[in-house]
Amino acid sequence: MSVPFYVSPEQIMRDKADFARKGIARGRSVIVMQYDGGIVFVAENPSRALHKISELYDRIGFAAVGKYNEFESLRVAGVRLADMRGYSYDRSDVTGRSLANAYAQTLGTIFTETAKPFEVEIVVAEVGTEPGEDELYRLMFDGSVADERGYVAMGGSAEPITSSLADAWHDGMDLGECIRVAVRLLGEHGEEHARTLVPAQLEVAVLDRSRPRRTFQRLSNGRLAELLG
Amino acid sequence: MTSSPGLPEPYRLTGTSSFVEFLAALHPERLRLTGVDASSVAPHGTTIVALRTSDGVVMAGDRRATMGNLIAQHDIEKVFAADEHSVIGIAGTAGLAVELVRIFQVELEHYEKIEGVPLSLDGKANRLATMLRGNLGLALQGLAVVPLFAGYDLARGTGRIFSYDVTGGRYEEHDFYAVGSGSTFARGSLKKLFRRAASTDDAVMAALEALYDAADDDSATGGPDMARGIFPVVAVVDAQGARVLRDDEVAPRVAAMLTGRSLHPDGPPSDRGGEASS
Repeated sequence: MSVPFYVSPEQIMRDKADFARKGIARGRSVIVMQYDGGIVFVAENPSRALHKISELYDRIGFAAVGKYNEFESLRVAGVRLADMRGYSYDRSDVTGRSLANAYAQTLGTIFTETAKPFEVEIVVAEVGTEPGEDELYRLMFDGSVADERGYVAMGGSAEPITSSLADAWHDGMDLGECIRVAVRLLGEHGEEHARTLVPAQLEVAVLDRSRPRRTFQRLSNGRLAELLG
Repeated sequence: MTSSPGLPEPYRLTGTSSFVEFLAALHPERLRLTGVDASSVAPHGTTIVALRTSDGVVMAGDRRATMGNLIAQHDIEKVFAADEHSVIGIAGTAGLAVELVRIFQVELEHYEKIEGVPLSLDGKANRLATMLRGNLGLALQGLAVVPLFAGYDLARGTGRIFSYDVTGGRYEEHDFYAVGSGSTFARGSLKKLFRRAASTDDAVMAALEALYDAADDDSATGGPDMARGIFPVVAVVDAQGARVLRDDEVAPRVAAMLTGRSLHPDGPPSDRGGEASS
């Protein structure tokens, strides 16, 4: 009888993590930023139909990078969980924290228990009544959660974009400033050569603090062109 | 509620975009209501009117809920925005009706979030019919819910009104409609006051007059309560969206109507031959 190769648990986890990281690094990036009037999501996404950014609930948005079918199933599950909770209790009982927790548990379980981990990275953002109450949760493929402040970048060029954002982002930026910075950084880092991204290549949405009830809104190409100046 | 952390298996399966179907599969007990004939103890909501305008549609409802010969509530709200471009008004068993509205609102929003586009107006109207059909057993026990649904059809660029019966029958109304205990009087009133392609303002006045006429002859319909500042709920839907008017927008219109009624207690005189007969 042949003895199967022994692979240490550490090695298995490392291999899975490398696999997931490679998958995520292949995708284009998404940036999520706080601005004075709410939270803005900016993604490089030429598709009008396959969204990387979407609404989970009244004040909660979702952004993802990686494999579409995987994050889409997580997105739908999040909408279901939010609506189920809001219907069973009250709309105010649906929180970004609980959704981030649910995603963390799910991603963690998938990472440890299945042969192939999900190749996704997610942001769950909740807009508060004032900037100090905004919440940004970044979820990794292995279920780890980071509670971020100000900005998050995910996807292929997350690292250089994040370090540029550390300089560029400051409290109280307005929507136009944020979008211009985000679009510039996505263009600089997406491919080998810097490009200028136009509205048709972008997917942009906001959680607008001032709107009643459902705060999530996609920005049309026209509005985007206006803001990009 | 789900006690285990994380997203349980059913949430992650590919499936329906309908919240009601998802709820029925996962927690059927939350949709199922059983009861005996409770019509004498369950509060009833009364009159709702809707009429088309040049820009869309107007819906209004009185504020009374009754329980047998008693008034259960003076300021119940029976007209709601269902989503961005539609409104729903309810008559019948108040508890079930309000619940129906709540789940209908979630249903429309849920579909929109999952699919990325809102349902068509016909799709929304059909969805409501299916949900009512599920309530037939209760309707036969005296717990009927009769909604009135109206909205702006973005594809056709016009306002539309849908009425229902307790079996889930769905009927499109072309000019105006009323449901509830005072609906006979309200409809009679609207027959005289309705004008095709009237402005939203005129349609709001006609709706207020119709509700006043319903309250005049139906004890279960409440008139405007000036002492408490309780006015009918009025919702307006047009291409810009659905909007429930604020009390301070309704109050002056109600005051104008009451001034008119002090001259003509039975309502605005007909513009054909009113002078000649007096």
